[in-house]
Amino acid sequence: MSAPMVHAEKVHKSFGKVEVLKGIDLTVELGEVCCLLGPSGSGKSTFLRCINHLEKVDAGRLSVDGELVGYRQSGEKLYELKEKETSSKRAEIGMVFQRFNLFPHMTALGNIVEAPIRVKGLGKAEAAERARALLDRVGLSDKVDAYPAQLSGGQQQRVAIARALAMQPKLMLFDEPTSALDPELVGEVLDVMRGLAADGMTMLVVTHEMGFARDVGDTVVFMDGGVVVESGAPHDVINNPQQERTRAFLGKVL
Amino acid sequence: MTSTASVTAPERLVAVPVRYWGRWVSAVVVLVLVGLFLYAMTRADVNWQTTRHFFTFPTIVRGAGRTLLISVLAQALGIALGVVVAVMRSSGNPVTGAVGWFYVWFFRGTPVLLQLLVWFNLAFLFPTLSFPGLGSAKTSDVMTPFVAALLGLGINEGAYMAEIVRAGLNSVDEGQTEAAQALGMSRGLLLRRIVLPQAMRVIVPPTGNEFINMLKTSSLASIVQYGELLLAAQAIYTNNLQIMELLFSAALWYLVLTSVFSIGQFYLERRFSRGATRNLALTPLQRVRLALLRSERAR
Repeated sequence: MSAPMVHAEKVHKSFGKVEVLKGIDLTVELGEVCCLLGPSGSGKSTFLRCINHLEKVDAGRLSVDGELVGYRQSGEKLYELKEKETSSKRAEIGMVFQRFNLFPHMTALGNIVEAPIRVKGLGKAEAAERARALLDRVGLSDKVDAYPAQLSGGQQQRVAIARALAMQPKLMLFDEPTSALDPELVGEVLDVMRGLAADGMTMLVVTHEMGFARDVGDTVVFMDGGVVVESGAPHDVINNPQQERTRAFLGKVL
Repeated sequence: MTSTASVTAPERLVAVPVRYWGRWVSAVVVLVLVGLFLYAMTRADVNWQTTRHFFTFPTIVRGAGRTLLISVLAQALGIALGVVVAVMRSSGNPVTGAVGWFYVWFFRGTPVLLQLLVWFNLAFLFPTLSFPGLGSAKTSDVMTPFVAALLGLGINEGAYMAEIVRAGLNSVDEGQTEAAQALGMSRGLLLRRIVLPQAMRVIVPPTGNEFINMLKTSSLASIVQYGELLLAAQAIYTNNLQIMELLFSAALWYLVLTSVFSIGQFYLERRFSRGATRNLALTPLQRVRLALLRSERAR
């Protein structure tokens, strides 16, 4: 059996004196869709950002695809990764943000081809061809030349997903991808994510969409106060929570 | 669906408009003052013929050309220095940050006229300049009026540009950096491709302002004998004593130069607001075309 895609052991992270992660244990296997649930401030987003090297882990072990995040181990010693090494690891992980973060000065196509051309050194024609295929896949083949400001929130988020996919990541991280959207636009983004899951993409999704977690998630992890309170199959965790805190949270959101 | 309730338009409202007496009074006052000024100018002892003659006089035109040249070069130097210093100041390195801070503090804190004189008289500090690997030269040979003007104006401008660029970099949302990092971009790449182009929208308007300022500040270079527009005018009026006429000739040239670059600034701002606004401001040409199209349709 190969190494899990994401493996966290007692991961700690503090901002100043505030300890946000207090020992997270979590494993995501290849091809698995894992949904992170929990109240805001529980550390879900911070954990996701740690996986993508946007934050440094203070203690514990965090590895992606068998390799430590942010450090290189040689014998007993840990060495911090150089910027270049960090960048090349990030390039293998796709990330989708709550506020889309599309590049406003580039068209939809420009957003998607930027990293494949500049980071991976892909040819312009090939990158454009791939980008068009991806836009088609997220249902936006008619928005190739639109700037982000000309797109609705749902459309922007779908472009952002296409942008992340263009790097052919082995893992996709979603940080509350539908929280900034009008309710009627949530569905179109979730549909794209459903399609991705069906194609076997390994996904770690921070979400408040219980329906999505139940239908698409292979596992559901409920976090609160910087620790994992409960995890397991969606059916068990959502329909039959064992912990009082999980029950209280689900009682409010369902 | 249209509502079928009202078929005829409602009656048009008729009301007595508010009278703005204050506006009438202030307009009359201003008109009187303008009239007095124009009357004074007709009585002034100025030979407008001379002003017009010297406007196209070769020495003056050459001076205007040099004003343009030194302004463009000094501004370019200032922008380059500004970007470097701004990046130094926003990098995590405390040494480069402190040096950047000191640069801004020193060059913004001393008059540019003084700086020009220091550069011009550098030979008193260092009689010879030696460049490693290139040999050495007498400072007085290197520090020509042109070089002194370029360094004095450009390095001073760099301190102002550094603050403008820094404000621009800070104005770009942090999410942009994160998104670029998440795609595997290095710091240099994301600065060049993602952050700077967006910062330009904030940087360009004050930079245009700085350049128009530079066109006029470059007249200070006359103190180090750089033969720009003002020095050219002075050289002539010390001979023919038609001081006002020549100052007006120079003033006309400054107005021409600043006007031309104000137009350039409009197009530059328009270019960098792509993506930030849904509808770009129309260029004058587009406005004319649109008006023609509308009048045609109306017919």
